Amino acid sequence: MEGLKKTPLYATHVKHGGRIVDFGGWALPVQFSGIKEEHLAVRNAAGLFDVSHMGEFIVQGMDALALVQRVTCNDIAKGFPGRVIYSPMCNERGGVVDDLMACCLEDGGYMLVVNAANIEKDFDWVTSHARGMSVTVRNVSAETGEVALQGPNSQAILQRLTDTDLSGMKYYRMKEGARVAGIRATVARTGYTGEDGFEVYCDAEYTPDIWDAIMDAGGDYGIVPCGLGARDTLRFEASMPLYGHELDDERTPLEAGLERFVSFDKGDYIGREALARQKAEGVKLRLIGFETVDRGGVPRAGYPVVCDGSVVGKVTSGNYSPTFDKNLGMAYVPAELAEPGRELGLDVRGRILRIRVVPLPFYKRGARK
Amino acid sequence: MHPADRRYTKTHEWLKVEGAEGRVGITHHAQDHLGDVVFVELPAVGKQVKQGEQLCVVESVKAVADCYSPASGKVVKVNKRLADSPELLNKDPHGEAWIAVIELGDPGEVSSLLDSASYDKFCEEESGH
Repeated sequence: MEGLKKTPLYATHVKHGGRIVDFGGWALPVQFSGIKEEHLAVRNAAGLFDVSHMGEFIVQGMDALALVQRVTCNDIAKGFPGRVIYSPMCNERGGVVDDLMACCLEDGGYMLVVNAANIEKDFDWVTSHARGMSVTVRNVSAETGEVALQGPNSQAILQRLTDTDLSGMKYYRMKEGARVAGIRATVARTGYTGEDGFEVYCDAEYTPDIWDAIMDAGGDYGIVPCGLGARDTLRFEASMPLYGHELDDERTPLEAGLERFVSFDKGDYIGREALARQKAEGVKLRLIGFETVDRGGVPRAGYPVVCDGSVVGKVTSGNYSPTFDKNLGMAYVPAELAEPGRELGLDVRGRILRIRVVPLPFYKRGARK
Repeated sequence: MHPADRRYTKTHEWLKVEGAEGRVGITHHAQDHLGDVVFVELPAVGKQVKQGEQLCVVESVKAVADCYSPASGKVVKVNKRLADSPELLNKDPHGEAWIAVIELGDPGEVSSLLDSASYDKFCEEESGH
């Protein structure tokens, strides 16, 4: 693992038996006890993830809102201090530069949380559109640690460590200057698993203390440390897009089924014109969810989707779903083939398996049981 | 830690000679690295394989892995239980979760495989600690 970037929790992961892999240049655990076990722990109890590799930018100044509005599709003006808003960040063609969370800060600024693999690209993108504005953008990724506590027991666990009333905190709300185990932190009720949960941001150097405190507090609540493997299977079941898979420079938020995060009445922004045109003309490609009908393999990213003998699309993400005990996938296909119930083919190592289009998301909290 | 009653490949399969036949599976080390196995694409009975050729595919949540034949010959039996219970490969890779039985085409090939001590050492080196 020489030459890889390490999060402040690297030593903690090694100590707890995390299996370290190279994840886009980061040395991070893919699993601890096992992906399936960790996955089900998050669905049924709680799991703790190191997400310190995520990027954070602080945007401040008179034009902070104007800049954030310019680079996002969602209407950030609907925000108020303590609110978190998810948004795609588009290029002029409506393709996606990245997807991010805009956290509205008490001082009127914003913390933008972006994907680890895109930190440099995003920072260049945002700052290049800030010219002439009265605004500062600081990349605080390196000095910011972040852990994600996810699962139905998250609130009970975190409440043991903080005076901040978590029961009064709604989904996609946050609290700056909270104390978690005595450490100053920002607590947001957000996550990437489809479960209730919290993401806790703190100074990088205190991340191991927060990690240990949460693991200790969660002992009675079935908490397990989780790796990137479970993070991916959980977000996949919840059908949350992953940059580089469902989202890239070419595909638009409308094709990806993210229209509810695209505002057409907030004024101009990068990509608006292209997106408005695509909305008026109708999308030609659409992201579908599917399940396999035939046995014979697990869908994987890159596998061709076929219809009447021709390739009509490509799998963006696919895996075995521990929650449903089924093989599921997502793929872009022509819009006319996207309606739920339709049968298509999947090329698995040269053999065509039948698949069936199903509605997204696969998993919705509370819909089960 | 791998049983001494069989031989091993550097691609992490085992072969246990039973008379003129050889029983084949993947090693404990292999299943541990793959993690939760969710699908096994079994070879067809009657398939002719050469030593080192692809025998079947094992899929875990994490990865798709080819499994190579430790010996040349004809597949005479496959473990159909793995079709419904692929997770057996995690639970008992050296026992109940054997993958196939091969009629050995060239019993002399067996001596080219690693014994358990050499294989253990190989795994250690590969893991880098």
